[in-house]
Amino acid sequence: MNYNWNWGIFLEPSPEGTGTYADMLLSGLMWTVVTALCAWVIAFLLGSVIGVMRTLPSKLANAVGTTYVELFRNIPLLVQMFLWYFVLPEVLPESWGSGIKQLPNAPFYTAVVCLGFFTASRVAEQVRAGIQALPRGQKMAGTAMGLTVYQTYRYVLLPSAYRMILPPLTSEFLNNLKNTSVALTIGLLELTARARAMQEFSFQVFEAFTAATVLYVLINVVVIFTSGWIERRVAVPGHR
Amino acid sequence: MLANFDFSVITSALPYLFLDGMRFTLTLTALAAIGGIVLGTLIAMMRLSSLPVIPTVAKGYVNLMRSLPLVLVIFWFYFLVPYLGQWITGADRPMTVGAFTSSLVTFTLFEAAYFSEIMRAGIQSIPKGQAAAASALGLTYFASMRSVILPQVFRNMTPILLTQTIVLFQDTSLVYVLSVTDFLGAASKIAQRDGRLVEMYLFAAVVYFAVCFVASMAVRRLQKKIAIIR
Repeated sequence: MNYNWNWGIFLEPSPEGTGTYADMLLSGLMWTVVTALCAWVIAFLLGSVIGVMRTLPSKLANAVGTTYVELFRNIPLLVQMFLWYFVLPEVLPESWGSGIKQLPNAPFYTAVVCLGFFTASRVAEQVRAGIQALPRGQKMAGTAMGLTVYQTYRYVLLPSAYRMILPPLTSEFLNNLKNTSVALTIGLLELTARARAMQEFSFQVFEAFTAATVLYVLINVVVIFTSGWIERRVAVPGHR
Repeated sequence: MLANFDFSVITSALPYLFLDGMRFTLTLTALAAIGGIVLGTLIAMMRLSSLPVIPTVAKGYVNLMRSLPLVLVIFWFYFLVPYLGQWITGADRPMTVGAFTSSLVTFTLFEAAYFSEIMRAGIQSIPKGQAAAASALGLTYFASMRSVILPQVFRNMTPILLTQTIVLFQDTSLVYVLSVTDFLGAASKIAQRDGRLVEMYLFAAVVYFAVCFVASMAVRRLQKKIAIIR
């Protein structure tokens, strides 16, 4: 009982009738990238706010930020995905719940929101670490110059902090992208789901998963190159 | 809102959830963590070695495992392990392996890449004088690793290794894609049998939160206790 290799499987039409198996995988790739980018927008904005909140002098802001991060870091992503997809429509008022369940592409919106909130907690930790790694004098100088707290963060602290945490943020972006594969459990037809579907239709297991592997490695390479380019572009000349 | 929720479905399913589900999850976590740390240490040593090809192989392995989603790696090994078994044992048909064995192999090999990065950082943070002193005392590479370097690395890296183990505990929930009965799988089965998705998933979330939160608090306390002043 030996495995029959057939690398030409990618050019054969898929039983779904919408093109070849290669088209199927590329459609999955598109969904992966779009979900990851949309989730990253939420994650970056929300995560920055939470991260800054954890460094503010206000005790309330600290408590809110810490609660958020602990809550979203201690529950596995898959459980969070199920909570957003299955539990949220049930606990909302009747009409909202039905509205959510009847959205076309409901798994996409759920996955984007879930991943956004999950990754935001990790981005918040990175932003907090970045701000706390700055010399104490930065904040003090901002106060001495008469800047409000908001202005200090906006013009003094955050620019340096973001440049410092670009490498870990790239890691979080890649983690976010890899975590889109968890959304296959709620029906999002992203790359891993499509590879699995291809394996189930064609029985060419290793070809399907090799293609998915190659595509993920390619995305990783592209992201790492882009991040390096961004790092060089925003680097302050002469600053370390 | 909470009026028509029926929490008795949780209490009646507790034995199944914990004795079957949580026991599977904890077994998988413990075995994969131990295997992952051992293999990760070996891979870290390979990466830091001065021999010709070995560092590149180790680096390629770590980078590959770190670029792939865990779900994809779970599927890969689910299909690959029978063929590997056939190749290793020289049988004439692929070996039958259950979902537990294949997920154990998956998590050990996947987490080994992450543990190896931790161990590599740990080994590189040991002052060079330690290795130099060991070699001056006449210890071979393996003897100095075993008696001088690695004990210090394990002591320094214990909090980070434990944090990664907590992450591994959370990641084991992904064996759901193989329809394996871990804690989340058990909760899901009860939820679908009784039609009580909300109660069961909320309960699963609360349990995971409680375990991970308590564990990370414990790791933080441990970190304070074993911190040494250099």
